[in-house]
Amino acid sequence: MEHVEGQQHPIGTYLKIWGLLFVLSTASYLVDYFHFHGYLRWFLIILFMLLKAGLIVAVFMHMLWERLALMYAILVPPLLLLVLLGIGALEANYTFFTRGLFFGPG
Amino acid sequence: MTQPVLTGTGVPLLLAEGLQGIVADWSSDQRAFKKVPWGKAMMWIFLLSDTFIFSCFLISYMTVRMSTTVAWPNPSEVFALTLWGKKIPLILIAIMTFVLISSSGTMAMAVKFGYEKNKKITFILLLITAALGATFVGMQAFEWTKLIMDEGIRPWGNPLGAAQFGSTFFMITGFHGTHVSIGVIFLIIVAIKVLRGDLDHQRPGFLTGRKGNYEMVEIMGLYWHFVDLVWVFIFAVFYLW
Repeated sequence: MEHVEGQQHPIGTYLKIWGLLFVLSTASYLVDYFHFHGYLRWFLIILFMLLKAGLIVAVFMHMLWERLALMYAILVPPLLLLVLLGIGALEANYTFFTRGLFFGPG
Repeated sequence: MTQPVLTGTGVPLLLAEGLQGIVADWSSDQRAFKKVPWGKAMMWIFLLSDTFIFSCFLISYMTVRMSTTVAWPNPSEVFALTLWGKKIPLILIAIMTFVLISSSGTMAMAVKFGYEKNKKITFILLLITAALGATFVGMQAFEWTKLIMDEGIRPWGNPLGAAQFGSTFFMITGFHGTHVSIGVIFLIIVAIKVLRGDLDHQRPGFLTGRKGNYEMVEIMGLYWHFVDLVWVFIFAVFYLW
């Protein structure tokens, strides 16, 4: 018997996820189209972004069916980026403050 | 839950699940990533490194956008198109998003038909994926042309506001577009291999000499879905912010 390690899933699974991704993309486009602003805009943008990313990685890239050793090895390291994100935001606020102080009017 | 796996020793090995499974996999003196071909594990590790590259771009973009005292050009208006006499905000980017998502859908199905050894349908689906990818790059070229020729946007400055807009835009979308273009070339190569039956007959590739098999279609798929994944983030933080 041939030894197959591949992923086998019904075609309906892919079509459903495809449909969901279309709905989520339309939703995120509508956030801009209807001019939502402030925290609501940010909440919706990030929500749709993470849902889409999750569906692609979990189903299209088959991460859902991989062993935990691979899942954790790939998905945990990017969490470090949150630290870089925090440092970037701190630095940006400080730069903005000093630019206002030295280059601003008066 | 434990599941048997073929080991080539004639005895099915029981693999532990859950946290115990992680410890067992990583401490085993065979390969750490069980039940995946090594090429797939390596593609995942490459994608992890690419994640860090794109994240560095996007986080730098956030930093320069937050720290500039000059107004940022409104992407909703910059990327608007006039269609049928009506100005529709961000429409080109929305269409590009749908094109790329559709290409991900056809790619996922190509992987499925590949494992079923259905050469013809796999070949057609891979070609559709490549065509959608090429469409995406074409639309991006149109967008760049419009921005450079009509709006006068340059990496070092633009008439609409903050100079950082041009530099981050060309850097991020340029790098992503390069990934898509490489993916299209890669897709066409895999499609030809599928049609010729290289994967059925385990014919070695001309460059690496690796024996052909249908796992290659899935590994190609991982790269292609990653390109779509990066676009999800670019779309959210560059165009919708």
